[in-house]
Amino acid sequence: MSVVIVKEKYASKVGEVVLGATSDQGGTRTSTVTVGGDSTLPYLHFEGQMPNRPVIAMEVNDIPPTWSEAITKQYGDVFADPALWAKKCVDEFGADLIYLKLDGADPEGLNRSPEDCARVLKEVLAAVGVPLIVEGCGDTAKDNEVMVAIAEAGAGENLLLGVAEQDNYKSLAAAAMVHKHTVIARSPLDINICKQLNILINEMGLPLNKIIIDPTVAGLGFGIEYVYSILERARLGALGNDKMLSMPIICNVGHEANRCKEANMTNADFPEWGELDDRNILWESISASACLQVGTSILVMRNPIAVALVKKNIDELMSV
Amino acid sequence: MIIFGERINGMYTDIGDALRAKDPKPLQYWATKQEEGGAHYLDLNSGPAIPKEERAAAYEWMVNVVQEVCELPLVLDSTNYDAIEAGLKLCKRPAIINSVDAEPDKMDRVFTMAMQYNAGVVGLCMNKKGIPLDHDLRVAFAMEIVATADGYGLPMEDLYIDPLILPVNVAQEHALQVLETLRLVKTLSNPAPRTVIGLTNVSQKSPNNITNLLNRTFLAMAVSAGLDSAIMNANDDDLVDVAATTEILLGHKIYADSYLKVFRAR
Repeated sequence: MSVVIVKEKYASKVGEVVLGATSDQGGTRTSTVTVGGDSTLPYLHFEGQMPNRPVIAMEVNDIPPTWSEAITKQYGDVFADPALWAKKCVDEFGADLIYLKLDGADPEGLNRSPEDCARVLKEVLAAVGVPLIVEGCGDTAKDNEVMVAIAEAGAGENLLLGVAEQDNYKSLAAAAMVHKHTVIARSPLDINICKQLNILINEMGLPLNKIIIDPTVAGLGFGIEYVYSILERARLGALGNDKMLSMPIICNVGHEANRCKEANMTNADFPEWGELDDRNILWESISASACLQVGTSILVMRNPIAVALVKKNIDELMSV
Repeated sequence: MIIFGERINGMYTDIGDALRAKDPKPLQYWATKQEEGGAHYLDLNSGPAIPKEERAAAYEWMVNVVQEVCELPLVLDSTNYDAIEAGLKLCKRPAIINSVDAEPDKMDRVFTMAMQYNAGVVGLCMNKKGIPLDHDLRVAFAMEIVATADGYGLPMEDLYIDPLILPVNVAQEHALQVLETLRLVKTLSNPAPRTVIGLTNVSQKSPNNITNLLNRTFLAMAVSAGLDSAIMNANDDDLVDVAATTEILLGHKIYADSYLKVFRAR
């Protein structure tokens, strides 16, 4: 007896967003990245299309990072030079995009000027051909200055600029509109605020295909199931024709997984946990895989071995 | 919630006069105004203003003048299928045929047209004997229409079952039967057809100061029973707000502070 596969029909799909701009599009990237466009729940290729594969952005910082040695020893001597660091991520580790984090701007730290930050951006833009994601230091007032300078310095490059939040989105959205960039809209694990923020940004005049949503993520063991449920609701909203929830999703999984103690404690502290090198890779790659399973389009990652593992996972998930 | 704007109907004096005088302005005014109010479709009904032999030409004219100013898809509302077919030929976007009851010969004509012109169909829960009071009989008619539509290959999202609401001032007992019919129509077949009502009927001939309240209250009740769409006053802002709010409270859409604005956005 033949079995008829029951297929779900969806009213709509996730919006498509293009990142980066080549020279004929007003930028200097050698290639662009397109994400989203999914018309099914993740990887149910028999029900709908996933025209664009998920991508990995690798994190580069403007100052040397305080990451676990399990990661830093794989990079060698690049941390003093963000351009060199970015180039290594692309050439050796296969990063699809570079995520440039401007921690050096932090008023509590080096307090670098917006001009210094813009200089770093230009160096990284010159070193690699992939599209860039740029995020400030996390100090709202300072980021409003820094990101305006970044938007101007990268005018026409269609950078993905982070982050717009419910109580601070106007300056970033305006800068993105003027200089032709895309923005990350971040909400604190709250689907209602996620939707509301998209509405607010869109009301300012930024089109929906210039927004990527970051519903916030947690590392494995620290609430990733809750993250999963929020991302799932966003995806079901998109497929159910909720235009204000239909943007592709970014997850900064490298940052979150590496905040977990399991990814950092030394072998001597917890000998029964096994080798730190393995733990660090697994914590980041499994956190990333969970995000992939629920339809994340852009993963921001740190550990190059974890990146390679997740790329393999993406290949398998995308092979029909 | 899908809103069919009801206002372009020859029963209204301005539209009736316009149809007789071939004056496009009132139709075009209401097309634009209903679109601004939140309508997703525009119902076109010549009403008795036009003699039978001129109906086909009247529907052609209505479709053309409305499409000149408005991008919304149309609902061709008539018991005269030649007039509907004349209008369907001119529709730029997939339209809806309003309506057919559970009579085999009528269903044959209407579903054949629907497949030919890629149109949806409103199916009324009645037959030539009239509208039953009892929800069981209403549901039986609905299922006959569902089965026939399915036989013609009409997708269930293109079929709109109308349980037929009557004015509360003369037929109070019908409201509850309509709600029960909506519930059953949504549970008895999978995939279920869509549902629709002519909302304003519920308040026909009630005093003006309570018609809006009746419409708004019954809309909320009907949507929670399984109503997907209504032929209604798209320019009663409070009524459109009730539609949006009911959707949110039932969990059909995800809440955001600006949900009223989103409901009206296209």
